[in-house]
Amino acid sequence: MSAVLEVSGLRKQYAVVKRQLLRRRVTCAVHAVDDVSFTVRGGETLGLVGESGCGKTTTARAILNLVRADGGEVRLDGQDVRPVLAGADRAAMLAVRRRIQYVFQDPYLSLNPRWTVTEAMREPLRVHSPGQEREWNARVAELLSTVGLDPRHGSRYPHEFSGGQRQRVGIARAIAVQPEFILLDEPVSSLDISVRAQILNLLAALQDRLGMAYLYISHDLSSVRFISTHVAVMYLGRIVEMGAVDEVFAHPRHHYTAALISAIPVARPGAADTRTQLKGEVPSALNRPTGCAFHPRCAAAMPVCRSVDPVLAPMGPHSLAACHNPI
Amino acid sequence: MLSIPVSAQDKPLLAVEGLRVQFPTRDGVVRAVDGVDFHVGAGETLGIVGESGSGKTVTSLSLLRLAPPPARITAGRVVFEGEDLVSTTPARLVAIRGRRMAMIFQNPATSLNPVLSIGRQLSEILRWHTGIGRKPALDRAAELLRLVGIGDPAARLKQYPHELSGGMKQRVGIARALLCEPALLLADEPTTALDVTIQAQILDLLAELRTRLSMSMILVTHDMGVVARMADRITVMYAGRVCETAAASTIFDAPLHPYTRALLESVPRIDHSYSGARRVLPSIAGRPPDLLHPPAGCRFHARCPEAVPDCARIMPREISVGPGHTVSCIRRGSPAETELAA
Repeated sequence: MSAVLEVSGLRKQYAVVKRQLLRRRVTCAVHAVDDVSFTVRGGETLGLVGESGCGKTTTARAILNLVRADGGEVRLDGQDVRPVLAGADRAAMLAVRRRIQYVFQDPYLSLNPRWTVTEAMREPLRVHSPGQEREWNARVAELLSTVGLDPRHGSRYPHEFSGGQRQRVGIARAIAVQPEFILLDEPVSSLDISVRAQILNLLAALQDRLGMAYLYISHDLSSVRFISTHVAVMYLGRIVEMGAVDEVFAHPRHHYTAALISAIPVARPGAADTRTQLKGEVPSALNRPTGCAFHPRCAAAMPVCRSVDPVLAPMGPHSLAACHNPI
Repeated sequence: MLSIPVSAQDKPLLAVEGLRVQFPTRDGVVRAVDGVDFHVGAGETLGIVGESGSGKTVTSLSLLRLAPPPARITAGRVVFEGEDLVSTTPARLVAIRGRRMAMIFQNPATSLNPVLSIGRQLSEILRWHTGIGRKPALDRAAELLRLVGIGDPAARLKQYPHELSGGMKQRVGIARALLCEPALLLADEPTTALDVTIQAQILDLLAELRTRLSMSMILVTHDMGVVARMADRITVMYAGRVCETAAASTIFDAPLHPYTRALLESVPRIDHSYSGARRVLPSIAGRPPDLLHPPAGCRFHARCPEAVPDCARIMPREISVGPGHTVSCIRRGSPAETELAA
């Protein structure tokens, strides 16, 4: 049976602090991630999409306790790993971290500029599998060729590589310890278009071969459609729609999802004019609208949307949406 | 979408001929723009598409001689409204910048002056160019803010850039560019820094304004979706040279240059299902060349699926393959470039 990662009721608040002469006063809280739940299984990819500030990166970081969540559970094969990741038992924490790896958005910032690529790649091996140090260099070479780099380039430094090559190193480093889950935070956003396709192909091929599960975070819906089996759409810290990727893209039920999809200019001239234009901007998370947070921008808003917060409910067999008046 | 006005091709508003821009560096000369030709007709929108390092931004900055030092325009002409901007006097340039040809920059956060109020930075431009008084300049600025969809312009004029959201700042950037009703608007990645729903709003706004003010526009972007939506004609650049220029529909439906084809295919499509089949995007192997040591011959030959031995030797020159459709590829019949870069 393949591994299962279940996130349920994940919450993260940031206190807004007002500094006064001698004291700090917490005036209110921003709900960056608010009751987020989803499940990812081996071999699957959940695409997490939304505009900047919707909480997608905070969600991924909270899973690995890189930011400390305020509530909720992260269950790996049924066991809640949040206390383990936050706990004092280093061996247990590392055992969980080995199974869930992270690839960062910016390959320029996530590699130590003073380490050669081989040194950077030996680090996860050193941390997670003590013992067979003699085999590490061979393993590094094998990993580099797996991600399409020349193993002889292991002695080079990050600045000698292009952005795409550096992202390959980031991916090689993540798969070095044979994780079951990889959290990919905008892994192709900083890359050129022609290089983006190469990295997306690499990620798809590695998944087909190694059976890992991905949480793929992106604001680029086209790449999400390509790489994902499932997709969750976030708005102001909450998931507003979730389901099988083709179902959500072909038949979005939440009005925000529909607007988000139709906002993407399609690479076909004259394809434009069936779009649902969104008015206004994403409200500040500081004053989240009452009821459905999307109602001030929603063309189909009803009186109930202003007062009652909708919950995620099944919309047919393949998707869930939180909307009082679904499409 | 506008069709190509035939008359505009006879006497274009802007004609760029053989433009070369070089950056002398310690390691050698970087040929960022290496012999680029295109033109923009009245009322027309030209999309310039390319990856980073293709020279699209340096090209657009060089039109107004704004490319940052050590950039040098070493050859070519930029004929705008009958005047060559490469050889004209600095005084003439100052009179043209912002008045006849204006720019919208990629990052609205850094292109506005943080210590001046919105009203101050908008009215200053008007007063500089037209010499009108403070009060009428502020009134005109408020009118422009309303035109770009900013509510309560009187209050906004008193605000500073940090008080505005990214989308709002870009609207101010557009208002600033339109103050003097320029004949040509240069928009360099105007929506790249914005979220997609805000991007859609800004693109709609630009489309409406160019019709209402009958402006020409050059839209520089790496996003094929954005040019498909906005451009009448498209110029595709690679490594400092133009690969192909054609009407937007031709570029998307019948592209001829191998790079244009590869570029279009390598972008995942939002309206296409990838489940079921093996997930493989047609990708371009390798990466764009280092312009310090550009490859001989066609700049794209090392990555080109159709390359023949001659491609590594002969630099192709633009050839016309149909009405308004030019391509630089010896596999499509391009002759060799005669005057090779010195």
